[in-house]
Amino acid sequence: MTTLTLSRALNEGLRKALENDPKVLIMGEDVGKLGGVFRVTDGLQKDFGETRVIDTPLAESGIVGTAIGLALRGYRPVCEIQFDGFVYPAFDQIVSQLAKMRYRSRGQVSLPVTIRIPCGGGIGAVEHHSESPEVLFAHTAGLRVVACADPADAFAMIQQSISSDDPVIFFEPKRRYWDKGEVDTANGVASALPFDRARVALEGTDVTLLSYGPLVRTCLESAAAAREDGRSVEVVDLRSLSPLDEDTIRASVRKTGRCVIAHEAPVYAGLGAEIAARVTEQCFYHLEAPVLRVGGFATPYPPSRLEEHYLPDLDRILDAVDRAFGF
Amino acid sequence: MTVESGAATTAALSQALPPDEPAPDGLVQLLTPEGERIDHPDYPLDLSAADIKGLYRDLVLVRRIDTVAISLQRQGELGIWASLLGQEAAQIGSGRALSPRDMVFPTYREHGVAWCRGIDPVKLLELYRGVSHGGWAPEEHKFHLYTIVIGAQTLHATGYAMGLQRDGAVGGDRGEAVIVYFGDGATSQGDVNEAFVWASVFNAPIVFYCQNNQWAISEPLEKQSRVPLYQRARGFGFPGLRVDGNDVLACYAVTQKAMQAAREGQGPTLIEAFTYRMGAHTTTDDPTRYRLASELEVWKLRDPIERVRAYLARTGLAEPEFFAEVDEEAKQVGARVREACRTMPDPPPLAIFDHVYAEPTAILRAEREQYAAYLDSFDGESAR
Repeated sequence: MTTLTLSRALNEGLRKALENDPKVLIMGEDVGKLGGVFRVTDGLQKDFGETRVIDTPLAESGIVGTAIGLALRGYRPVCEIQFDGFVYPAFDQIVSQLAKMRYRSRGQVSLPVTIRIPCGGGIGAVEHHSESPEVLFAHTAGLRVVACADPADAFAMIQQSISSDDPVIFFEPKRRYWDKGEVDTANGVASALPFDRARVALEGTDVTLLSYGPLVRTCLESAAAAREDGRSVEVVDLRSLSPLDEDTIRASVRKTGRCVIAHEAPVYAGLGAEIAARVTEQCFYHLEAPVLRVGGFATPYPPSRLEEHYLPDLDRILDAVDRAFGF
Repeated sequence: MTVESGAATTAALSQALPPDEPAPDGLVQLLTPEGERIDHPDYPLDLSAADIKGLYRDLVLVRRIDTVAISLQRQGELGIWASLLGQEAAQIGSGRALSPRDMVFPTYREHGVAWCRGIDPVKLLELYRGVSHGGWAPEEHKFHLYTIVIGAQTLHATGYAMGLQRDGAVGGDRGEAVIVYFGDGATSQGDVNEAFVWASVFNAPIVFYCQNNQWAISEPLEKQSRVPLYQRARGFGFPGLRVDGNDVLACYAVTQKAMQAAREGQGPTLIEAFTYRMGAHTTTDDPTRYRLASELEVWKLRDPIERVRAYLARTGLAEPEFFAEVDEEAKQVGARVREACRTMPDPPPLAIFDHVYAEPTAILRAEREQYAAYLDSFDGESAR
């Protein structure tokens, strides 16, 4: 076991992927010499060369579009989109091209492309640097959408994503890049939890708190606070946003009878809406309360001096948990 | 086919277009609309009579397939059809200049190129009938699926060409290259311009083949560009040239040379095949709303097939029986395509759920099971 930041764990995972498969490429803006604006690809170009770690021209559609072409030729490109709000120029290439190629070719073409996107707020950034666009991709059939929340998962899940024969949108919680955790870098990922499975991050009995990405830590802190009030909160890290691991969600909610979903993205038409509908359908007779959601408002992301009001924090999550006991 | 390509180099290509002196919108032309064979210093071409007769056959057959497809749409057998009428030479000339190892990225109108790559025309009809999104095996034919979003395939092609570089498949005797097709309207797309940037910066082995058919549905070229399209290449740092897109020999020669340069590692070329969309954009379009019939009449005089026929007949390279044989073959091909289209079965309903992911997800499996049960709930009819 090694103590690594989440950013470093991703770096180690990418390094392993590059070592294990000569077809793996890394491409994006500033990923080479600079090592990426968050240093996730630090040192990789130096060790693997410019043909495998590619500093691209500054155009996101070009990054994803050429990655598709490389994948058609048998490569496994890992694209970095520098910030969440910069993914939209690549939207057609992701949604209309990348996601659909297997389907439109009747299974004859695989596009094993991973698109890494630092996501979410909380770093005091200017606009377009703090967004949570995951549901746009979760709504697109053909894509896998995952989010890591801690260094151990970051290390394993990035490798699993690259190994996947499906295109994967890989969300990285940017305000957690510097969080530290224990990572078993010596072992391969064979024994790791599959990347399309949710994980019970903390067991509890009274209410299920579902989240992913940057809010998993906040939810764990909320659960610790609730414990002081005598409430036992089960925290589930979804990890896979598409497809959802319904089995894990269902088992937890049937046990606790209450369900709260927390994400940074706007509540309106967010992933929580899909989960709430499915939980209601599948756990109806187990529920003690309606499924509740806590998340961003139905507004654009606000200027950063207001983001602490926009982002669900420990108190807002506890408030939602309290409301789940009010029925 | 044999071609006197000479040393096809970027330098040679630039000679056709001196950097300071762009060709005055001059076309590379080897066969006039009247069927006169003319020489071009940069594009010596020595095709045998059999080769040229082969090109003529291709032109006639793909036009017949196109005509049949339009009829099938009118009869309700196809949902829509994008006609290639008028662009046969641009497609056959370039398509026949490719080596079997070269990779092709088409738009949705490249029926002539598909023909050259050995794709059964019936496979093209699948897409327009609505039974598949494209049923052929792209790698087997080295012909990617049709791309419908305008210009998106130029980036795929460029990425594929970057893959060739990484595979060491550029240069040497067995060099490979990529050709990507797009239209005049596509040159306004961001993706096409990004592809130009990428191909230039990475010196990718790719030929950008723009069929300028003068119309992007209803919008004429002047709505897309104030400069001749081939001149755009220079701003991106690679050579561009304009060829008579209705001259199958010239299209063959320029494509052959540009592809050879790409295979040798000399980077991209933009070819503007100057042609004309003689039909509608698709069968849902009505060109009488936006262009004059007189314009079409002018282009009919430049028909891509007639000039080859005139050349073959006047020079005696082909006997009258040859033309009769080709016409007869066209009839047979047309009849086969028509019959295959009419008898093409719909896919089974549950095929909707296939091939979304490498393995079906639990959510997809559940939806499939639920829908199968729903279909089974109907008595009598075998719904699936």
